[in-house]
Amino acid sequence: MILNIARKELKSVFASPMGWIILALLMFAFGTYYLNGVNDYFEVMSGAIRPAERSGVTQFVGQVVYGLASFIMLFAVPLLSMRLISEERRNQTLPFLFSAPLSLTEIVLGKFIGLVAFLSILIVYIALMLSTLNIWSDIDFGYILANSLGLFLLVASFSSLGLYFSSLTSQPVVAAILSFIALFALMILDRFFSGDPSSTMAKLSLMNHFQSFAGGLIDTADIAYFVLFTATFLILTIRRLDADRLRG
Amino acid sequence: MNNLTVEAIELTRLYGGREAVSNVSFSVKQGEVLGFLGPNGAGKSTTMKMLTGNLAPSAGSVKICGIDMIENPKEAKALIGYLPEMRPLYKELTVDEYLTIAARLHRVSGKHIKKAVENAKERCGLMHMSKRLIENLSNGYQQRVGIAQAIIHSPMVVILDEPTVGLDPIQIRDIRALIREIGGAHSVILSTHILPEVEMVCDHVQIIDKGKLVFNGGIDVLKRQRVGNKLLIGFSKAPAVEELLKINGVTEAEVTDNNMMRVRFAEAEAPHEAIVQASVKNGWGLYQIAPDQTSLEDVFVQLTYQDAAAEAA
Repeated sequence: MILNIARKELKSVFASPMGWIILALLMFAFGTYYLNGVNDYFEVMSGAIRPAERSGVTQFVGQVVYGLASFIMLFAVPLLSMRLISEERRNQTLPFLFSAPLSLTEIVLGKFIGLVAFLSILIVYIALMLSTLNIWSDIDFGYILANSLGLFLLVASFSSLGLYFSSLTSQPVVAAILSFIALFALMILDRFFSGDPSSTMAKLSLMNHFQSFAGGLIDTADIAYFVLFTATFLILTIRRLDADRLRG
Repeated sequence: MNNLTVEAIELTRLYGGREAVSNVSFSVKQGEVLGFLGPNGAGKSTTMKMLTGNLAPSAGSVKICGIDMIENPKEAKALIGYLPEMRPLYKELTVDEYLTIAARLHRVSGKHIKKAVENAKERCGLMHMSKRLIENLSNGYQQRVGIAQAIIHSPMVVILDEPTVGLDPIQIRDIRALIREIGGAHSVILSTHILPEVEMVCDHVQIIDKGKLVFNGGIDVLKRQRVGNKLLIGFSKAPAVEELLKINGVTEAEVTDNNMMRVRFAEAEAPHEAIVQASVKNGWGLYQIAPDQTSLEDVFVQLTYQDAAAEAA
């Protein structure tokens, strides 16, 4: 049942050119950075004579592409998540889902999975693109795996927050702006508290937890953070929809 | 007792302290079409939302084929097909895509989906619209898609909120026939404010006003109320009221605003012919005689009035 809703969401995304255009534009951006990364690698490395200055091609190119990806998702996710619930609210299509034999949890999870599945296409594609470096050199697949996992968890967190803001309003644009502001605040939180390494506020920053994945490290504490973050906003969304049913 | 498909027990819904629906109880048997009448804001849609689990009742309960909507919402909802007032259509999809999703979400098993979609399209006259985007369909066809969506899983209970709004007369006739057809095997609850519609398709009528059920009974009761024992007669040389009262069976006569005579006669009497003969004999110049039908508002006022009178007594 959850998958049926996810399928419905994917169908809606691809029913208009919107979905395809977003995929194409983002892939174009990632591809350009990938190409530049490879070019820069040769330039930088030809200047680096001592072995200590040299770094692997995977990390050098990967850093550029994944850095861009995490930044772009900050804009892309609110734009994609905004319509999930608020548009259904505006078009009054929610009764269609509410009167079907589905629980609210199934509806929310289905919508969440649909969006994450769409964004996962990009994550898989980036990983494949970086893997093509393997044709010319011996690359570090562990690094790509850690980054893909990190990006996936980051995107899942963004999506759950976007979904929650989408459930608050019947104006998709308002939902997009609200979730963008919230995400942006969470991203740069660690900048404000960078002076104090033991600050709890800095620990709440999404970027802070993405950094270890970006370095190729899979840390269970960071995984736990992202999973809890996602679960929190999914539960809030379910409660928000339940309030609709109770309060009308 | 076993074939009760819908049971609403003392449904109450508060909106910020105001009772939008208060203490409404009724039941629908299998194979029955229930008409839900009432003026705007009477609580029709609110009641329907509660029946379909879109809105939690403040008090009372709903049972669909004996399954409680609040305790087992999934099982209960599987037995219902619902068309809300605002059609819940995904306009970016084609008719086929939309109905397939509807079938899937209503747990039609994989191999029956195609058949269910074809069947629903055929019953709603959508066969030649399969590949069209819902967005591009006319209002009436969108309404048909909405109805198709509600009957796709052949539910035990079909709940339609003003199903004939925005349709042309031919489509309305088709939809009414369809409602009758569904009503044969399952149960239908429909809300409307068009009285002739209720007379044509419903077995049972309920009138709700200000959240309270003011009338609940068979359609024949309402019909009798509506037709009444009244005649509307047009004379070019109108006689005095006393002249008419002399005719056997006439109990009351009055002159209406537009110079017609309204005559009330006793139950089981038929003074029509006597009136015509009297007119010919006395040269009153009869040019029109017809049963006087009460409008919905009149029936409605009459019923609410009766109810108030009964309460006072």
